[in-house]
Order: sequence, then C-alpha cells, then structure tokens
Amino acid sequence: MYSDKVMENFKNPKNTGEILDADGVGTVGNPVCGDMMTMYIKVKDNRIADIKFKTFGCGAAIATSSMTTEMAKGKTLEEALKISRQDVATELNGLPPVKMHCSNLAADALHAAIKDYYKKQQASTEVKQ
Amino acid sequence: MVTTAKIINLDYGAGKPVDKRVIDTMLPYMNTRCGNPSSLHSMGQEAKNALHRARQQVSELINAERAETIIFTSSATESNNLAIKGTANRNKDKGTKIITSSVEHMSVVNPIKYLTTKGFESSFVPVNNYGEIDLNTLEKELNERTILVTMVFANGEIGTIEPIKEISKIVHEKNAILHVDATAAAGQIPINVQDLGIGLMTFSANDMYGPKGVGALYIKDGLRIEPLIHGGGQEKGLRSGTENIPGIVGFGKAAEIARQEMQVHLQKLTKLRDRFMEGLLSQLPYTFLNGHPTKRLPDNVSVRYSFVEGESMLLSLEMNGVLVSSGSACASKTLEPSHVLLATGLKHEEAHGSIMFTLGRESKIEDIEYVIGLMPSIINRLRDMSPLTPKEVKNVLR
Repeated sequence: MYSDKVMENFKNPKNTGEILDADGVGTVGNPVCGDMMTMYIKVKDNRIADIKFKTFGCGAAIATSSMTTEMAKGKTLEEALKISRQDVATELNGLPPVKMHCSNLAADALHAAIKDYYKKQQASTEVKQ
Repeated sequence: MVTTAKIINLDYGAGKPVDKRVIDTMLPYMNTRCGNPSSLHSMGQEAKNALHRARQQVSELINAERAETIIFTSSATESNNLAIKGTANRNKDKGTKIITSSVEHMSVVNPIKYLTTKGFESSFVPVNNYGEIDLNTLEKELNERTILVTMVFANGEIGTIEPIKEISKIVHEKNAILHVDATAAAGQIPINVQDLGIGLMTFSANDMYGPKGVGALYIKDGLRIEPLIHGGGQEKGLRSGTENIPGIVGFGKAAEIARQEMQVHLQKLTKLRDRFMEGLLSQLPYTFLNGHPTKRLPDNVSVRYSFVEGESMLLSLEMNGVLVSSGSACASKTLEPSHVLLATGLKHEEAHGSIMFTLGRESKIEDIEYVIGLMPSIINRLRDMSPLTPKEVKNVLR
C-alpha cells in the first residue's frame, strides 16, 4: 500500500516530540477524523532552526509529519510557507490517493505554526511600542 | 513491508487456509469427475450424488431437518441477499417492514437499504456496550407489518454472540420470519437451527476452512422465498446456474470436519483467546476490550488502545511479522470507522484505536505470547508520538 520511503519515515520518524519554548505552534486535524498533528518551531534569523511534531494518526500521517519537518528544517519562513502537501507526497514517492487529503496534513500544521510565530511577533512588537 | 521472516497470521477472520483433507476431496471434481449434475449419464449422476452428499454434510452441521433445506450459493453475501430480498419480494403483500440490528455486515445492511428505495421500511435495533441486541426495542419495533427480522448470530468484528433463542421467541410471537447471518459462527460453535427456531440462515465454506466462493442458505422446510438469479432452475429454482461442484464438495467436507472436531478447536481456541485477552488487557493502562468478555466467539480478540490510531498499530505489527485487522477509518474504503464499533457506543476516536486479532486452528500459544510481548513497545512508541496522550500516562509507562 505504501512506498518504502513512507514506511521508512513511519518506522524511524525524524523530529518527534515537542519544543517546550517553541516560537510557534500549529495544530491541525481532529481525533474524530483519525488524524491530528501538532508542529513546534524554533525560529532564528528568519529561519526554522528547530522543528518537532506530535501526531495521532495512520502511517501516512506519521510519515508526512516526519518528512515535512525534514523539508522545513533550515529553510527561511517564506520558503517553508511554500512547502505544499503535494511537495511532501512527492518527496515520499507518492501516497495512496485516499490518503492525499485525510492524512496529508503536515504541511498545513507547519504553515499554522509559522502563522502562530508571526502573530506572536506582532503581539510582542505591539507591546514594545 | 515485512522485515521479519516469520509471519504470524492473526487475521483468520479475513481468510482461512483450506484444510488439506478438504483439498484432497475437491481435487477429483476439478479433474476426472467433471460431470454436470443435470446430465443424465453416469458422470452427471456422479456429480449429482456428490452434490447431495455435500448437502447432507452441510445440513448435519446445523442440525437441519433434511439435506434439501440447504441452497448453495457463491458466498455469504449472496446468501444474505437471497434471504433478505427473496423474503421481502415473496411477502410484500403481507407487509413491508424489515427489522435488523445496528451491528450487521454490509451484505445485510445494503440489501435492506436497497429495499427501502423500493417501498420497504427498515428498522435498526440498537445494541448495548457489549454489542448485544436490545430485546426490548426489538419487541417494540415488531408490528403486524413486519415480515422479516434479520440478525447476526455472532459478530465477526467484536466477537459477541447474540441471544438468538430469545430473539427467535420474540420474532415468532409476531409471526415474522427470522433470518440469521451465522457466517462468523457456523463451524465454530454449535448451532441447532431447529432448536433455535431459525427460518433462514446464512453461512459459508471458507469460514470453516473450506474453499472461498461457496456459501449456503438454510431455508426451513415449508418456507418460501423468491430467487435472485433466474435460469435453468438449479437449487430448487432458487439459485440457477451450474453448481460449483468442487467448491460444494469442499464445503461438505469442511462442514463434516467442523462438526466432528468442533469441541477440540473450541476448547483450544477459547483457552488461547482468554490468555490473549488477559495478557493484552493487563499490561498497559487505557486498554479496553471490544465486545462481550465471555459471550464471545472463540477466535476473536478485539481491543482498543486510547490515544493511538489503528492503522499505525497494524503497520507496526506487520513490521514484526504479525498480520491483523483494524476498525479504524484508515483501514476502510469509506474513511469512516467501523459502524459496528460505533454502534457499541464508542466515540470515533475510540473506534479509530481498535485492533482485531482473529485466531485460527493453526494458532499457537507461542505466537500469542510473542504478540503480547510485542505490544508495549508498539503502543508506547505511538503514544509517545501522539499529541493526545496525557502526561501522566507517559510517566506511568516509563
């Protein structure tokens, strides 16, 4: 059902866990649907210096989470925002069609974490002003 | 992807190997004994005799009144369709209401849904947390319009055995017909259709180590239904088409073996099942049994683990050579978790975390112990990764 690369990322996922003092946190999905993930990012000089995830879900959900963190690490925020679900699936040598929508949420979680970072930045700037 | 050489099949519910003795019985009927029971010559008569013998063997398994009460079909799905649509079409002048339960197989649910587009009405009786049918609701739902009640004998997904005798009593008081889907139960636990007052009963060969592609429908003497397939009038006109003689002969042999060896397998499997359930339920917190703890098929162990999802458990087990099924949405075509699990009152996220082991005649205690030993590392790894796992659970696990 899954490509070897999906299985490798499911078996040995990279960047699992949480960042307690994260600069941005994004959660997407819902346990009712069977997939939910949270992305934590640490930002330094406008780049993603560290990234971790927590995922409840199927093999595809865990593998896309792992792959997305690998793809985003070291990228500028602008570059990371351009990572799409399709890019993640391509990097994993494809996903079963049925999984493209329900379990391929990691890019969305990454974008949500970056937006959360921007929002926090804005808030702290406003406080300073 | 399998990384270990040894495969432990704990998905017998999905498919069973054909018993060697069954294969040996079937082989000549694929080769030299190739006659058609409708032919008048000796080879045809040989096939006709084989067909009758198989009918006899299958009827004895369920203590039917005589061999001719058995109609051979292509599958349990076809038998369920024939029973439900055939009874509805035959009795539509008497009434239009069909009652079933909320834990039926799709080959019961979908024919009923189809019939509701043709003027019939349906009612799905709820179950309790164990998956047992609510007899009070059944009684209330039965009225003078009810022509058919169709209920599962034992649930293949959660293992719960239904109170068929009580159901039968209620159904007969209202003069409706009782159809029972015994696909998961027949051959595993004793069934006496006459004692139980069953009108029609579905079962199939592969579930008792016979070949795939052969089903049966028991039709009580005197009960009339309409056929689905019209043609040359085989199977008393209820299922036209040249009989699948090798398959039917195999079904007969499988039924005979199942009847003769039932107690041996029943005792062995029950022991394995109980050790398996006890082992899994006692080792990790937030682990629950699906279905009834004792009124349960001997081959079924269905459990759920909070905070993790079924498909990822299934994949993790497969990486260790263990094959299982899951009730999660990700393991289905519809992306919905199992309707059976939801009917027992589970929330969606609970149903997603379910995993089903089905044992078989070849299952060994070493296999069971191996899987019990494997589960903590699999579940702890996934729970570690899950955003749903509460902190105190992680501390307990370490």
